Amino acid sequence: MNQAPRGTAAIVGSGNIGSDLMFKLMRRSRHIEPRFMVGVDPASDGLARAARMGLEASAEGVDWLLARPELPDIVFEATSARAHATNAPRYAEAGIVAVDLTPAAVGPFVCPPVNLDFNVHAMNVNMITCGGQATTPIVTAVSRVVPVVYAEIVASISSRSAGPGTRANIDEFTETTAAALEVVGGAERGKAIIILNPVEPPLMMRNTVFCAIPAEAAEAGIVRDRLDESIHRMVDAVQEYVPGYALRADPQYDPPRATWRGMARVTVPLEVRGRGDYLPDYAGNLDIITAAAARVGDILVAHKLGLPPDGAAGPSLDVREQPVGARA
Amino acid sequence: MKHQFTDAGPGESSLTGRDLRITDSTLRDGSHAMSHQFTEEQVRGVVHALDAAGVEVIEVAHGDGLGGSSFNYGFSQVDEFDLIKAAAEEAQQAKIAVLVLPGLGTVENLKRAHAMGASVARIATHCTEADVSIQHFAAARDLGMETVGFLMLSHRAKPAELARQGRVMVDAGADCVYVVDSAGALVLSDAQERVQALIDEFAGSAEVGFHGHQNLSLGVANSVLAYQAGARQIDGALCALGAGAGNSPTEVLAATFDRLGIRTGVDVDSVLAAAEDVVQPIIPRLPWMDRSSITQGYAGVYSSFLLHAGRAAERYGVPAHAILQRVGEHGYVGGQEDMIIDIALALQEEHAASAALYEGAGVGA
Repeated sequence: MNQAPRGTAAIVGSGNIGSDLMFKLMRRSRHIEPRFMVGVDPASDGLARAARMGLEASAEGVDWLLARPELPDIVFEATSARAHATNAPRYAEAGIVAVDLTPAAVGPFVCPPVNLDFNVHAMNVNMITCGGQATTPIVTAVSRVVPVVYAEIVASISSRSAGPGTRANIDEFTETTAAALEVVGGAERGKAIIILNPVEPPLMMRNTVFCAIPAEAAEAGIVRDRLDESIHRMVDAVQEYVPGYALRADPQYDPPRATWRGMARVTVPLEVRGRGDYLPDYAGNLDIITAAAARVGDILVAHKLGLPPDGAAGPSLDVREQPVGARA
Repeated sequence: MKHQFTDAGPGESSLTGRDLRITDSTLRDGSHAMSHQFTEEQVRGVVHALDAAGVEVIEVAHGDGLGGSSFNYGFSQVDEFDLIKAAAEEAQQAKIAVLVLPGLGTVENLKRAHAMGASVARIATHCTEADVSIQHFAAARDLGMETVGFLMLSHRAKPAELARQGRVMVDAGADCVYVVDSAGALVLSDAQERVQALIDEFAGSAEVGFHGHQNLSLGVANSVLAYQAGARQIDGALCALGAGAGNSPTEVLAATFDRLGIRTGVDVDSVLAAAEDVVQPIIPRLPWMDRSSITQGYAGVYSSFLLHAGRAAERYGVPAHAILQRVGEHGYVGGQEDMIIDIALALQEEHAASAALYEGAGVGA
């Protein structure tokens, strides 16, 4: 444990995502001490675990949290999109900064390797979705080099890692992820698909990114080389906070096809191996969003406490300065 | 051409009505076999013929359901909502059904399909993941649509587990739940036991259906066994037009059930004509039990992977049946077409490695 001043956090939602985030904050956060775990089910394993780890845990929901004599500096929402839509104004009213890990998309999207320059005064930021955190950086890497008229992603996760919130929010997942591919990724149009696979032993989280690219970019040559470089650089940037993030194979380039509406395509196959903080390493879908949220939370708390920016979490990740190629 | 050589099915003795409803999926599952290139004219022709033959439900959508038009599954030549609208205009008596796979298609898609004239919502999940469909059933009910649940790749769940998943869909608002043999992998009693488990679980509170594929040539036989176990909705497609080796052919279902004295309300002569005169001329390739599609039934692979595996085989120079065999070994589920590229790359690499080893050992000299 480092000795820097620390802010306090509440995690609302004691399921898979909330539990994984709790471990990440306890083990690796520079500025945040998780103090509260809030749920709605007294029988929740997650609440019991949090209590064992020394957090104040309650099944009495956000009402209980907001009635604490000392409120947290930051709240991480790991419930459902609908719950966050209800809770968000209450956090804001209480002056608590919210990092939203549901696809509610109340606040602006943040994806650490792409837009860590988000507004640190924002009272609410949204972490998109697990699939969005895994794939948006790649779409960004492509759109920095060539125009992307269409980006499509397929996220496959193990059934075991998909808790009730994820299952109840499957439309919100696809819609929010698709929006992030456009707003953050820079695609003109985005589409997202999520698949739950129950096979045992559980499958590692997999993502495939398809981007429509100009015909010449699919041919061997300087543009394609720049695309490859941009994609590899982005993978390196994500690996800084999710070490198990990797390409499964080199980007695959295909020339235009009539059945693709004349589009050429790059296919980027990704795997996300988790750190096993809560669920085993197959559940990279937890890590990709909780690690991002922890990092964003650190930045927000540092700002709130008036601390200098965290060197380890800041500039080295900011890849905006790299040459970005021919995009007009 | 009505043959009444056998007794009517068990417990079905009314002189009017029908014993079983056939849903035709030529314009949805068949979309896979057409690489999603159906035109509006083709859709109108098929709907007109099915409607006139007495088929009561006609499914129209991208093969992977609403929103399926994509790199991963293939782009539709004509927007599916235009096709749904055309189908609804063309049908006189038939209801138009659409398919939605949560995770791909959304409630918004369903609302739009309903606005275009669709009145039956078929909501599909992998057979162990029924709870992702709850919001979609609620939305379909709110729209006033008839609701059908689809438990895909049903061979991957034992009958008791399948029944539990079916219960989730019924509780969410399904009027009927289908045992969906997406891989054409259920062999006779496998199909019947699963239908029976759902019948027992629902105890009359919802109907049970069966959707077959021909990968092991058992679509029609499994459908008869499903009926005998209590299924009252059966899917088919004209000329078997569907993914893999195709679906149970609607015209064969109609003829077979007619011979068994089980009333489907479908006129056998008319549906035979629809298959031969309307559908056969428009399809580029009749679905067939070739090495790849039989491998799908044998290894339990989602049928729509067939043509995608063929394209990857061509692109990466590896056999399609080897790709499909490995898809089965890895346990990929419907929708994971992107993994085909992965497997093709892995096979290509293995092939290159073994070739290098072969050369390195000097055996080939």
